[in-house]
Amino acid sequence: MNNLQPAAAKEQPVSPAGPRGLLPPLNGRYLWPLLGLVLLLAINLVLAPEFFQIKIVDGRLYGSLIDVLNRSAPVALLAIGMTLVIATGGIDLSVGATMAIAGAVCANMLVGGVDSIFLIVAGGMAIGILIGAVNGSLVSFLGIQPIVATLILMVAGRGIAQLINSGQIVTFQNEAFTFIGTGSVLGVPFPIVLVLIVFAAVQLLMRKTALGLFVESVGCNAGASHYLGVNARAVKMMVYCIAGLCAAFAGMIAAADIQGSDANNAGLWLELDAILAVVIGGASLMGGRFSLVLSLVGVLIIQCLSTTIIMSGVPPKYNLVIKALVVIFVLLLQSPRFQAQIGALIALARSRNNKSVGERAEA
Amino acid sequence: MSLLKLNNIEKRYPGVKALDGVDFQLREGEVHALLGENGAGKSTLVKVMTGALQGDGGSMTYRGEPLRLKSTAQAQSVGISTVYQEVNLLPNLSVAQNLYLGREPKKFGLIDWKRIREQSREVLKRFALDIDVTQPLSSYSVAIQQLVAIARGVDMSAKVLVLDEPTASLDSDEVEQLFGVMRELRDQGIGIVFITHFLDQVYAVSDRITVLRSGCLVGEFETAKLPREELVGHMLGKELQAQAHRAQERDERATGEPLLEMDQVAVRGSLQPTSMTVRRGEAVGLAGLLGSGRSEVCRAVFGVDKKSSGKLKFSGRERSFRKPAEAIEAGLALCPEDRKASGIVGPLSIRENIALAVQARRGWWRPMSRAEQQELADRFIAELQIATPDADKPIEQLSGGNQQKVILARWLATNPELLVLDEPTRGVDIGAHAEILKLIKKLCGEGMSLLVTSSELEELVAFSDRVAVMRDRKKVAEIEGEDISENNIMQAIAEA
Amino acid sequence: MMNSRFTSLYVTGGLFVLLFLAGSLQFDHFGSTRVVANLFTDNAFLAITAIGMTFVIISGGIDLSVGAVIALTGVACGVLIGQAGLHPLVVFPLVLIGGGLFGATMGALIHYYKLQPFIVTLAGMFLARGLATILSDKSVPIDHSFYDAVADFGAFLPGDAWVGASTLILALVVAGAVVLAHYSRLGGYIYALGGNAQSAQLMGVPVARTTISIYAISGFLSALAGIVYSFYTFSGYSLAAVGMELDAIAAVVIGGTLLTGGSGYVIGTLIGVLIMGIIQTYISFDGTLNSWWTKIVIGLLLFAFIAMQRLLTARASKEMAHA
Repeated sequence: MNNLQPAAAKEQPVSPAGPRGLLPPLNGRYLWPLLGLVLLLAINLVLAPEFFQIKIVDGRLYGSLIDVLNRSAPVALLAIGMTLVIATGGIDLSVGATMAIAGAVCANMLVGGVDSIFLIVAGGMAIGILIGAVNGSLVSFLGIQPIVATLILMVAGRGIAQLINSGQIVTFQNEAFTFIGTGSVLGVPFPIVLVLIVFAAVQLLMRKTALGLFVESVGCNAGASHYLGVNARAVKMMVYCIAGLCAAFAGMIAAADIQGSDANNAGLWLELDAILAVVIGGASLMGGRFSLVLSLVGVLIIQCLSTTIIMSGVPPKYNLVIKALVVIFVLLLQSPRFQAQIGALIALARSRNNKSVGERAEA
Repeated sequence: MSLLKLNNIEKRYPGVKALDGVDFQLREGEVHALLGENGAGKSTLVKVMTGALQGDGGSMTYRGEPLRLKSTAQAQSVGISTVYQEVNLLPNLSVAQNLYLGREPKKFGLIDWKRIREQSREVLKRFALDIDVTQPLSSYSVAIQQLVAIARGVDMSAKVLVLDEPTASLDSDEVEQLFGVMRELRDQGIGIVFITHFLDQVYAVSDRITVLRSGCLVGEFETAKLPREELVGHMLGKELQAQAHRAQERDERATGEPLLEMDQVAVRGSLQPTSMTVRRGEAVGLAGLLGSGRSEVCRAVFGVDKKSSGKLKFSGRERSFRKPAEAIEAGLALCPEDRKASGIVGPLSIRENIALAVQARRGWWRPMSRAEQQELADRFIAELQIATPDADKPIEQLSGGNQQKVILARWLATNPELLVLDEPTRGVDIGAHAEILKLIKKLCGEGMSLLVTSSELEELVAFSDRVAVMRDRKKVAEIEGEDISENNIMQAIAEA
Repeated sequence: MMNSRFTSLYVTGGLFVLLFLAGSLQFDHFGSTRVVANLFTDNAFLAITAIGMTFVIISGGIDLSVGAVIALTGVACGVLIGQAGLHPLVVFPLVLIGGGLFGATMGALIHYYKLQPFIVTLAGMFLARGLATILSDKSVPIDHSFYDAVADFGAFLPGDAWVGASTLILALVVAGAVVLAHYSRLGGYIYALGGNAQSAQLMGVPVARTTISIYAISGFLSALAGIVYSFYTFSGYSLAAVGMELDAIAAVVIGGTLLTGGSGYVIGTLIGVLIMGIIQTYISFDGTLNSWWTKIVIGLLLFAFIAMQRLLTARASKEMAHA
């Protein structure tokens, strides 16, 4: 992903409100998440050097690293949309259910005899945007809190997907569509390619139009944005639509992967992983500055964590607990009060050290 | 007898001295008005005497005993209760619950609702309130909510009652009702600190007046012996002079067609019908005390508050702005009074903050390139002498004065036909203050139309072609040309 | 003037009666005490959880961990009773206290570190499910004479209606919750916090203690719901009650509690749970409708109630502005 970073690196790293003073001044907000990811990778390197081995079999890349990237593709897509929604101070709980609906729509189009892969993908995309528009309308026009507004479709969405599927797991055989989940381009699994494409497109949309600036402006200070003449409603509408679209892509990957649409399990709880990824990437749930790159780093941290746990020989059943503890730790790191407490502890330790040094000098 | 005494109170914030050795003395059985303009230190002093803030220096005595307050809860328990402008009760709870929250009488370990209801009715009867105490507080008018808040304080055996702008959202009948209650409580020996922006109310109900200005005590006065003009003079820091001269000579400027015409524009609840005109190339000053309706005019013109009646014409066309975006589109710009809440977008850079208004006007699909933004920012940083190493510093890290310059730059970048400045020099250090003033004069010279509010008469006199004087949420006078002087403005503000 | 405080409660109650009448007219045996009694029996654990959630939501928070705490409790019971052979009456107090402490810890994190309830309880959800998985990743059977006794405990009311232990526990919880909400100081503090946390603090509400208590109550009731749940299943499973938090939140909202906090009723939540139950009963009586309609109908109800609340509060604030 390095080749894409310059686009994001353009925006000046702004030190988050908290760690100022406590952490080295060079921190930026890229430091901690990247450090976390590097640390995890380093642990993997020590535990199992084969983690970094990449083999080419039949023109396709294989290896643990590729596996991690491939498996994290759906969450990565969700996290891209979620980042924007959270940047405006919102949240979207319905993306998991949206995945199920988009998968169901595509599967039923396939089974119903639609041949054109373009039509099918367009159908999935359209349903994603539609769901995003519903969420966006509830939030920006009815003024319902985002967590409440998107809860509605989180609950009803899976029912709708089951309705579309008539309660069955709808399976299909279609090479073109299956390619979305299992194909590869120049040896790179297609889900990874899709993430890169969506990332590049959203990044361009945000940074090459004024939309990104408006998203951050609305998220940082909604009141001032209103005085500035920024159309907050349209901005919010847009980010929920993008989140819906990203979820639809994720849903298509999930469906293509198993060659079927499982309304009950497709994307189940992935919205929570996506939110976690964004938070681990250092974003504030209150809205404001966003970085798609950092959210993707957050996704990789979550995914690498599971892999690391398996490699380190800890039984996989410890996975959830470790994940929970990491989240709590990251949350605490972002809390000003915790920073102050740690800062005080460090200061105390330092003054003790100095004192003992002084005593020694005297002696 | 002295009930509450504050001696030599000091309070410093980073870079500002909010209170500089202020004394305040409240007697038993008096209504004591505490007055001052923005930044005078009133709210800080109130916070100190109600335990919400601790002073950095000075001492307090309460009924002859030394008192150190650590929290509002402690203040309440010794008998100092506060009623804030935005009623600090809980709208979702019933009136009775609000009166007894946290001190409910119990029977067999359970809350005794019957007794609470009876006691509530009893208590409210003293305030001539006969309301259903089981209804949520939010189902009653603000006036009744204020009275309930006072009743809670008094019933918690308050000896000192601090009323922080209790009348800000009441109509005249309600104000009368409140005053009736205040007089009755005063006669019972309670000391009332009364904070308000309305001079009429000060003279109607208060016994003594303490005036603060810029964190210092100006003086303590008997209400009956203090003429209005003198009071206004104390608040604004100006003495009435025999000679009414304009502070500076200034060139007569040619003014053109009317640009902004307000015809009986009113906003429900905040602005009485007001008419006013700003011509092309004219600078109109809006004078008045805090809360007189100055900001409300700005907000109504800019479409922040929707006008409820009257006509507004801009550039000869009748307009009805529903939101700022429409006003901006028409060629208006507003630097709002509350810089932090409505002005700066804190974490974003100076460059982005300057570019935002232009960009919002251009829309999503015609983005300014980074180079364009940079050029715009650099130009204004140089032109307005914004003190910053570069344009990428987050605006929240700048001083107040430099933040204000960035906001000005933001709007100048849109080339507005009418620039509305609401207290542009408020909370700004002296250096930036002078520069902002210089900029305003320069803009006047360049023929821009301006509508500027300010608490500082000197400023208004310096650049205004015309001064509209506001009082009690409506325009009460207009002063033009040679007649513009600090004296005349003060008199217009003070006139009963 | 109709008492506006109870508007949403009337709507919820009316809806339940309407659904019940519709079912009774359409199907034989629907309008019976037995169906009603079963509603309580089948949904007791959900109702107990939802009542805890009611307090959290009234205070302006949310608790996503409840389903996971139910699973953790079940697994803990399974391990301690089924495998370690402890007596249930020894185990129950332990897990109840554990649930309370779990909630209290989340409340403390939320209050002292100013973290968002949503994300803290989300981490709590992972933690509780993770702990359950560590205890046992397979379903643990509970085979104890006490459980058999509990299953047999109860009585038939006229019309073949079984009132069992879980219904009785639910009744006790409802009674306790009503007393807590309306006849204790803590109850007042909870409503105060949801009304306006800042005002509440200025009025002397002990915010820290209240916040921690709220999440402790929710954790405690979830643990209790976990015990009741194990009465049905005679086992504990780490993947039990997945997604229960959503059902509980939905029941609270349908019960008329304002999701923004400050207003709501325990009884409303109980009726909300019954409405969700009766929709399921209706669908199973009908036979042609499929189970997914439950989710869709609940989603629609959620939307209707949220929109109604939005309109009511908008109207109220308008009236305020004009007053």
